[in-house]
Amino acid sequence: MSKTIAEINEKIRQGQAVVVTAAEVIEIARKDGISKAAQKVDVVTTGTFGPMCSSGAYFNIGHTKPRMKLGGGKAYLNDVPAYAAFAAVDLFIGANALPDDDPRNRNHPGDFNYGGGHVIEELVAGHDVRLTATAYGTDCYPRKKLDTWINIKDLNEAVLFNMRNAYQNYNVAVNLSDKTIYTYMGVLKPHLGSAGYSCAGQLSPLMKDPYYKTIGIGTRIFLGGGIGYVAWPGTQYNPGVPRSENGTPRGGAATLCVIGDLKQMSPRYLVGTSMLGYGCSLAVGIGVPIPILNEEILRYTAITDAEIFAQVIDYSGPYPNREPDVVGEVSYAELRSGKIQLRGKTVPTASLSSYPRALEIATTLKEWVLAGKFLLTEPVASLPGAESAITFKPLNERPVKEY
Amino acid sequence: MADKEKVTKKLISKRVVLHFPKRMVDEPILFRLIKDYDLEFNILKASITPEAEGLMVVELKGEQKNYDQGVQYLIDSGVRIQSLSQDVTRNEDRCTSCGACVTVCPARAFEYEPGTMIVRFNGSKCVACGLCIKACPPRAMELHF
Repeated sequence: MSKTIAEINEKIRQGQAVVVTAAEVIEIARKDGISKAAQKVDVVTTGTFGPMCSSGAYFNIGHTKPRMKLGGGKAYLNDVPAYAAFAAVDLFIGANALPDDDPRNRNHPGDFNYGGGHVIEELVAGHDVRLTATAYGTDCYPRKKLDTWINIKDLNEAVLFNMRNAYQNYNVAVNLSDKTIYTYMGVLKPHLGSAGYSCAGQLSPLMKDPYYKTIGIGTRIFLGGGIGYVAWPGTQYNPGVPRSENGTPRGGAATLCVIGDLKQMSPRYLVGTSMLGYGCSLAVGIGVPIPILNEEILRYTAITDAEIFAQVIDYSGPYPNREPDVVGEVSYAELRSGKIQLRGKTVPTASLSSYPRALEIATTLKEWVLAGKFLLTEPVASLPGAESAITFKPLNERPVKEY
Repeated sequence: MADKEKVTKKLISKRVVLHFPKRMVDEPILFRLIKDYDLEFNILKASITPEAEGLMVVELKGEQKNYDQGVQYLIDSGVRIQSLSQDVTRNEDRCTSCGACVTVCPARAFEYEPGTMIVRFNGSKCVACGLCIKACPPRAMELHF
């Protein structure tokens, strides 16, 4: 049995496609078996929602009168610095940007109440955002100062562009030291007092297509409540990590670089976040439809939390110092039970990503496909697999001699 | 023997927020509660500065009759009382049901609903310590006094 994406799209257009979420397909495969399920189901929708730090957005604000060249100058959105290093009126803001006067961790743990992720959320919510900028002035762009409200509806373009999202698996973080630590994986209590994880597991897009057989460059996706596309492999791409027999990686592997029109998106799926003692970020919602081309693809989509494993890492000393840091390995079923067993201890777990909202995204995407509003795409090019020999290299520092 | 007596007396326990006006900060209110009304108290949080309004979150334990009289004494003395479960609230619009709060809360007021993984907040278990406020990434938890 095999189907093509064109055939599946034809069924979607005729309102005859069978579309189920990544949670529902597990039940169908259990009841009907892989072969029957693969014949029955045409599309499986996945979802994930969690803080994804390498996210950002760019805008074109339109030309001022007189004209002003922000490139090479300085620009702030609600006091959060934006990157002004392009032409006259293009700006980029990253999710982790902080106001110059934010105290950071001077009084540890810092609060990080407002940063780039919050600016993006406010823009998406339709709130006015204050833009202040200074420039050096040229003959063709004489203006040197700007202080104005801007609104997303008035921007020429507003584009979400995230260089690393939707991590295919991630660490589980614990703390073996004797004091509480504040990390991007949450507040971790001492002496294995808690464990933080952040992956949608059996709902997660790249877990359900572990060898990138359908997801590729150009794949149309749910992004932040609107429609986006996979632009490129994400940064820190690392497909060669050890894998389980079912294909899922046992540690962080592939990532996605994604892009989409911010104007279509919703603050429900782009939420500014504050990680105590760590910094600001943006929780991003992503959903990817997987066309069931054959039994093999169906088998991947039916993988359950009990069959997906993550490494437990000690974030107290070994992780920051890049030393051997693996404490153990657990399944997502164990993580989601609320407690895991580590070194003879029962450790309560907390998730940084939201399973209910990931399911909501998979369900919304299913509804879009069923309504014929969202057709599937053939990848323009494949994402690199393990055969690419791409690895995630550390920085090899070379001392600089000063004379 | 002492334990048995306590059980037969039907002790009640309530968590309340006490607001002391400026003029009362120096008065031995809690001492009176113990001595005159036989109430046990457990201070969960206190913020008292001389010459300023004071605030205390306490768990009061004792017989219903003594509790009622003790509370009346506090009100008569000018202390404003609020019940605690109203003081830490969750902004449902901001909560994404991630669960970063679950392991942070010492009172286990947050729980994952099995299966759905929706994070439930049980206000009656909350001791208003405030640890969840800043540990919540979307800042959905709010402390009201």
